[in-house]
Amino acid sequence: MSSTIIVGIDGSEGALRALDFAASQARSNKQRLLICYVIEWSPYTFNTPSENEQRHRRREEEIERAHNDLIEPQLTRLAQSGVEAEGQVRHGQAASVLKDLGTEVDAAVIVIGRKGTSRLASVMFGSVAGSLVQIADRPVTVVP
Amino acid sequence: MNRFNQLTLRLLVLFISLTMPLVALADVGLDEKIDNLIKPAADSVANLVFTSFNVAGVAIPFVLVWLILAAVIFTIYFRFINLRAMGLGFKLIRGDFDDPASVGEVSHFQALATALSGTVGLGNIAGVAIAVSLGGPGATFWMILAGLLGMSSKFVECTLGVKYRQENADGSVSGGPMYYLSRGLAERSPSLKSLGKVLAVIFAICCIGGSFGGGNMFQANQSFLQLVTVTGGENSWLADKGWLYGLIVAFIVGMVIIGGIRSIAKVTSKIVPFMAVIYVVTGLVIILMNYSAIPSAVAAIFTGAFSPEGIAGGAIGVLFQGFKRAAFSNEAGIGSAAIAHAAVRTNEPVTEGLVALYEPFIDTVVICTITALVIVITGTYGGSNADGVALTSAAFGSAISWFPLVLTVAVVLFAFSTMISWSYYGLKAWNYLFGESSVVSNTYKVLFLAFVVIGSSMKLDSVIGFSDAMIFAMAFPNIIGLYFLLPVVKKELNAYWKRYKSGELTPAK
Repeated sequence: MSSTIIVGIDGSEGALRALDFAASQARSNKQRLLICYVIEWSPYTFNTPSENEQRHRRREEEIERAHNDLIEPQLTRLAQSGVEAEGQVRHGQAASVLKDLGTEVDAAVIVIGRKGTSRLASVMFGSVAGSLVQIADRPVTVVP
Repeated sequence: MNRFNQLTLRLLVLFISLTMPLVALADVGLDEKIDNLIKPAADSVANLVFTSFNVAGVAIPFVLVWLILAAVIFTIYFRFINLRAMGLGFKLIRGDFDDPASVGEVSHFQALATALSGTVGLGNIAGVAIAVSLGGPGATFWMILAGLLGMSSKFVECTLGVKYRQENADGSVSGGPMYYLSRGLAERSPSLKSLGKVLAVIFAICCIGGSFGGGNMFQANQSFLQLVTVTGGENSWLADKGWLYGLIVAFIVGMVIIGGIRSIAKVTSKIVPFMAVIYVVTGLVIILMNYSAIPSAVAAIFTGAFSPEGIAGGAIGVLFQGFKRAAFSNEAGIGSAAIAHAAVRTNEPVTEGLVALYEPFIDTVVICTITALVIVITGTYGGSNADGVALTSAAFGSAISWFPLVLTVAVVLFAFSTMISWSYYGLKAWNYLFGESSVVSNTYKVLFLAFVVIGSSMKLDSVIGFSDAMIFAMAFPNIIGLYFLLPVVKKELNAYWKRYKSGELTPAK
């Protein structure tokens, strides 16, 4: 059995519940956690030339901020509770990034929180949990 | 951000307080005063750049021969790269060979879209109308041919734009002809170093001029004209208020380029592609509505291209009009796009060149052709006195009566996005000459805004003359440099093409 659990987080309450759930799983099964924060990004947008010029720096700033504000505090918390964990920040579409990461590290399971959006909203815009369940090639746990 | 807003506010207040006295001094006829002031200078610049020689009784400007000759040479030298690489170019735009590690950086698609928003604009609407009204339907044929050839020029300059770009200490990148002329030529041979520097400086000066002319005054002028036309022509309340339109546009442009108010840029960059799609779809609908006229329109385009009737200079005159407007619209060989394309994140400069092939294709072969077909099919070009954007507006209006209103919105937005792009091109050239400090940059930006007002206040002839001249002048230093750097591009292309054909390039997913 693979020893990695991936947790997708986004700074919401639901994500914290997902993380806690995954942490307890990891502790009892002696697995390690890989926390991933996805910055929504599409290669098919229209930008001004100066936005493009600054993009490289902005990207690094985005990654750094996500590490400092979202990933690091959780890693510290997990380390205190004795769970081995790592963090990653990636750009892209959340569901497909998490799926690819799962393949990359051959994760046992991908755990994510549910946004709790209304039915109408998820019909209109889709939900990360919904799409991930559809496309993933390994077990997905959605924590309400 | 707060500091930025304060600075913007201060600069804009300064700008308006500088221009308002002008407005107050002359409530009526300020347009003419500004026009009279600028006209002699504008005309002499135009005469210099468009030095012509006579072929079959037509005065052919040397710069046009220069552009087309280069495009033909590049097309042959790279064995019809414009046609044979379209498949690969499409795969690159789609992101097939993207490095997964660079997700979140500027993609090929984004670089192309940004460059396109600088070229898709009034050239596609107003310029084409001028070509068809002066050159007849046959101008369309030469325009398409010039568009196809221009793809090769774009390929060369955009490859070089990426290869010789400069990565700044803050992680941003600066690229374009200034850099490939100075660095590229120096790399070719030490004896070319000073030539490269001279060419780079000449290019930068012309680029600044072009950013005030075609990238700014022409846009302001034509979009204002369209606004006047739909609000009632000569009787419109706006008719003699070019300065007012100029001030308003200058204020909004100022908020984006000085204030860095990203929301305006963001909104525009979302709406502009949408407007382009509406324009193209409507054009196609009008063409299909008149499907019975298509065969005769196509016949008119072909006969008009080779044996026109009643056009000054015969076939050569038609060719001249078509080539000229195509070159002005897609800017191939001018060097401007290389500045925008340089922002892409790739380790293979040639990939951006291959992506850039699509720029003249979309701009000229698709969008300009649709404008021309609508004008030819609706038969709007003969007899009427309408010029520029008004002609296109009349052509669309003859099929769909309310479309001129939509077109007006499109024209104003296209003008706005082209101004934003050109203010960037001009700024890069300005920074190349005078350094990167914020005082230097803001000086340029305030000047740019002043030209928005001037452009809206001037009569069409002197604006078009000046804007054509400055943009075309960029082609001289740029293309001289391209000739010297052709072997560099060939080496890059061959290496990449070999790996592509052998299947060594693995698709990202």
